Amino acid sequence: MEKFIKLSDTAIPLAIENIDTDQIIPARFLKATDKKGFGENVFRDWRFYKDGSVNKEFILNNKNYKGSILIAGNNFGCGSSREHAAWALAGYGFKVIISSFFADIFKENALNNGILPIEINIKILELLLQKIENNPTTKLSVNLEEQELNTPFGNIEFEINSYKKLCLLNGYDDIDFLVSKKKEIEAFEVSYKK
Amino acid sequence: MMAKTLFDKVWDAHVVDTIKNGPQILYIDKHLIHEVTSPQAFNELKERGIPIAHPEKTIATADHNTPTKDQHLPIKDALSRNQLEQLTKNCKEHNITLYNLGHKYNGIVHVIAPELGITQPGITMVCGDSHTSTHGAFGAIAFGIGTSQVAQVFASQCLLVQKPKSLRVNVNGKLKKGVLPKDVILYIISKLGTNSGTGYFCEYAGNVFEEMSMEGRMTVCNMSIEMGARGGMIAPDETTFQYIKGREFAPEGVELEQKIAYWKTLKTDEEAVFDKEFSFDAEDIAPMLTYGTNPGMGIKINETIPIESNESFEQSLAYMNFQKGKKLINTPINFVFIGSCTNSRIEDFRIAANYVKGKQKAPNVNAWLVPGSQQVVKQIKQEGLQVIFEEAGFELREPGCSACLAMNEDKIPEGEYCISTSNRNFEGRQGQGARTILASPLVAVAAAIEGKIVDITKPF
Ligand code: SF4
Repeated sequence: MEKFIKLSDTAIPLAIENIDTDQIIPARFLKATDKKGFGENVFRDWRFYKDGSVNKEFILNNKNYKGSILIAGNNFGCGSSREHAAWALAGYGFKVIISSFFADIFKENALNNGILPIEINIKILELLLQKIENNPTTKLSVNLEEQELNTPFGNIEFEINSYKKLCLLNGYDDIDFLVSKKKEIEAFEVSYKK
Repeated sequence: MMAKTLFDKVWDAHVVDTIKNGPQILYIDKHLIHEVTSPQAFNELKERGIPIAHPEKTIATADHNTPTKDQHLPIKDALSRNQLEQLTKNCKEHNITLYNLGHKYNGIVHVIAPELGITQPGITMVCGDSHTSTHGAFGAIAFGIGTSQVAQVFASQCLLVQKPKSLRVNVNGKLKKGVLPKDVILYIISKLGTNSGTGYFCEYAGNVFEEMSMEGRMTVCNMSIEMGARGGMIAPDETTFQYIKGREFAPEGVELEQKIAYWKTLKTDEEAVFDKEFSFDAEDIAPMLTYGTNPGMGIKINETIPIESNESFEQSLAYMNFQKGKKLINTPINFVFIGSCTNSRIEDFRIAANYVKGKQKAPNVNAWLVPGSQQVVKQIKQEGLQVIFEEAGFELREPGCSACLAMNEDKIPEGEYCISTSNRNFEGRQGQGARTILASPLVAVAAAIEGKIVDITKPF
């Protein structure tokens, strides 16, 4: 996994609530057996019409808005457990996602793929969405070490599980950790017979 | 000793270690896998040179991406075929039991594990699929995981997880005629919303759940994820033990007796306190329908669509082409889907057949009956239900996830309404531009007969 320490970039405002993983990556694109190429189809049915033509209204197709930070409406990532959603967002180039609420499994999947989900107060989220819609060159900075998001409205502290933070900062993941715990796990298996 | 919930009892028994200020290492008893969310996990392990810790604790099936017609023929779609070939190859290489397409035990992962007796009270169970919550009906801790976590379980038979908070939903009283377990859970979600359960594990309690069959309990627990909860549980009881007894992988004899003695202890202590608790009155529940594009947008069958004005709500109604303040009764319906891990068990087909008997399907309706497993197919035939369906003009298909997620060719055309017994009505879930109305098998089958939504609570 890539390390995540600091980031300063412009953001894309996607002011839609309850974005589910079927919208992030529709099921018909889940047929691959590797993690590559999902970025091309992120938000597929919003970006393109059924005949394949580009939906110019959709924010990702608006050249004024760029950046590796996605700001989304309340309750992001609900629905299916497909990690393909995280791969698609990462593949498209997003490194940070800001919302006022994330679904459990999505949050976990994002963190396992080096994407930092940042939860902020819904009022500030709305202000932020508006600010960036009006002013696409606005820069946001994220400092994971300090757990700080720097916005035009001031510094916002965000929460992250201290273990997950350590993983992101160092670029290592749960598999490495669990494999290192082999002895404890084996001891547990002996003591616990089912 | 501190009073514990059912969830605490099972969870605490599986904690290998607790990391200071961090997650816990939770031991996983059973790992279910399928073709869509496992290939990348197998690759991950291979790339790192890590072996699979316990292949014998993993069971595989092919379900998400499989055709529901002509399963004996080669799969036409090259990508789907490749995914199944990968699964076959991976399982063979690692010695994992696979119930492949056409196997007598093949079917939707959440239908086959309970029916084979793999799902048991007090165990921990995971799968790369959010509806793993289904298995909580047995008093197991069961939840969906992402592919990275599938790889973690492969590598260590454990997961790193934070213990969720506790939630209890009580429903007591007497259910009205025509109200099925699906209505109970749709009702609960319509009251609590789609993210009230986020961060929580839910226990369902009260006489309504106690009186439900195992199939009904599975329908309820299945949709826990639709209110955001990672999983749902129901305390095991005599109904649970009777269901498990005699199944392929169920314990037998003395072992079974010992297990049952343990299973009986898996009840929430009376003094235990939940972080959140809700109670509902069974009499208030009616057959339900969804009108929008998330499962929380549900109303009673004879109610009108609420009048709300916010952007998301309006977008959702525009997608569905429904109007605020209007009823859904009499909406013409051309597609009906009875299937998915929510409602594709034998009980669901019995209910449908019982209603269909002696009637004819409306000519405009395409009705897909997709059983959850080969074993359900067998039962449908043995009980003579297939004849009833065929005489009424219904087509019985082969098992799989089918139109629940529309990954195979079973897609609802753009703009069409589908009354579906599945669990998600998201935009495009059943096909690009398709409009899904979630309902019970009874409401769905009645629509198939009438060609429109009908109020099953009234004689018509
Ligand atoms: S039937 Fe639907 S919800 Fe159930 S496992 Fe299959 S795709 Fe998932």
